[in-house]
Amino acid sequence: MDRLLNFVYQYRAFFTFLLLVLFCSWLIVENNQYQSTRYFNSSNRLAANIISFSQGVREYFSLRRINSDLAEENANLRSQLERYAAVDSLYTDTTRRFDFVSAKVINNSVMMFKNYITVNKGRADGIKPGMAAISAKGAVGKVKSVSDNYAVLISLLNVDDQMSSSIKRTGHFGTAQWDGTDPRTINLNYIARHVTPQVGDTVVTSGYNAVFPPDILVGVISKVNLREEAQFWEIKVELAQDFGRLAFVEIVRSYQKVEKDSLEISTIGDIK
Amino acid sequence: MNRAGIFNVVYFFLYVIAQVLLFKRLVLFNTSFCFLYVAFILLLPVETNNLLLMVLAFVLGFTIDVFYDSLGIHALALVTIAYLRNYWLSSITPQGGYDAGSSPALANGVQWFLVYTVPLVFVHLALLFFIEAGGFGLFWFTMLKIMASLLFTISVMLMLQFFSMPRS
Repeated sequence: MDRLLNFVYQYRAFFTFLLLVLFCSWLIVENNQYQSTRYFNSSNRLAANIISFSQGVREYFSLRRINSDLAEENANLRSQLERYAAVDSLYTDTTRRFDFVSAKVINNSVMMFKNYITVNKGRADGIKPGMAAISAKGAVGKVKSVSDNYAVLISLLNVDDQMSSSIKRTGHFGTAQWDGTDPRTINLNYIARHVTPQVGDTVVTSGYNAVFPPDILVGVISKVNLREEAQFWEIKVELAQDFGRLAFVEIVRSYQKVEKDSLEISTIGDIK
Repeated sequence: MNRAGIFNVVYFFLYVIAQVLLFKRLVLFNTSFCFLYVAFILLLPVETNNLLLMVLAFVLGFTIDVFYDSLGIHALALVTIAYLRNYWLSSITPQGGYDAGSSPALANGVQWFLVYTVPLVFVHLALLFFIEAGGFGLFWFTMLKIMASLLFTISVMLMLQFFSMPRS
């Protein structure tokens, strides 16, 4: 026993090192699990306050651009309103499916492999993990974790994130996933050989997962390639939203997600 | 706690603040990052206890992780170089040894300083980026990131050292 303790004591530096590394590895693995409510991330109060302060200072330098973006969005919404006013008032789809909460981006990165976005709305505003986030220009990501007043979104520019999307012209759907290199483009996977995607086609969210509303713009196809033996196309999509200039997002509350999920699980079993 | 100890506590917070408010934003060509906070561990006095180094590295790495939303990654990389640091220091002892209580800084010569910092910072960045990428899938792109960041981090470190050197 003495010798064992002596041995441990003699190599105490190494054992401490081992212990700390194991603990860190556990943290990394634990943190990688998608959708968890965690305390130690940028949504915790102290960290969020510091980031929020720094963003507050920086914001003054981009007010002009944010202003013009908002004005543009206003114009867009107004034109949509016009269109709705023109349709028959006996609109049949009366179920309310989605609801939007506007939030300000206080922290954002585009250069890591796993990028996250912190916003200034949280549990107090009814935001829960798993909700979708969109901006005026396109899809942005999903909520990963929330604190009382802040939420961390998993950005579309995160190699772990996948989003069901479809090519608007042909209607075929695949999975959008970032490859970790260029923050302006994203890959569209699993589009089968027989489809004929073209450069310039619009890619939108498919609405199959009930997280994202259908037909939210993702981007425009910028490159297509079909290898000789491949089953699927290699498609690059240029993102509609420039993630480097994200200022406001809207968190989407979906009213039918729970109903849709429980129906699917009871029919085909829990697939996860 | 002595004077140097108090200074180091202040440095700890300065490094964290500089990293999360300034250097987190400062990324060149989408590939070149500056992880200046590594300098805190590298510049602690030569005879600092190995255990203390690792605990400090863990606390610092963990704090940085909270702001980068990458729980555990920075902590792991930093603990690793804190562990390697003293062994590396003792194997590259300059002629005549280190002055008592001195920090392994530029005073020992630029060449020595580079020999000391470059491999350690490289290990740190390599761990950081490969763990973050989740494997060797994007090997060359990750290598590019590591090399560009190495250049950036070391340059900033050198510059700060030049400015903080006592005038002779």
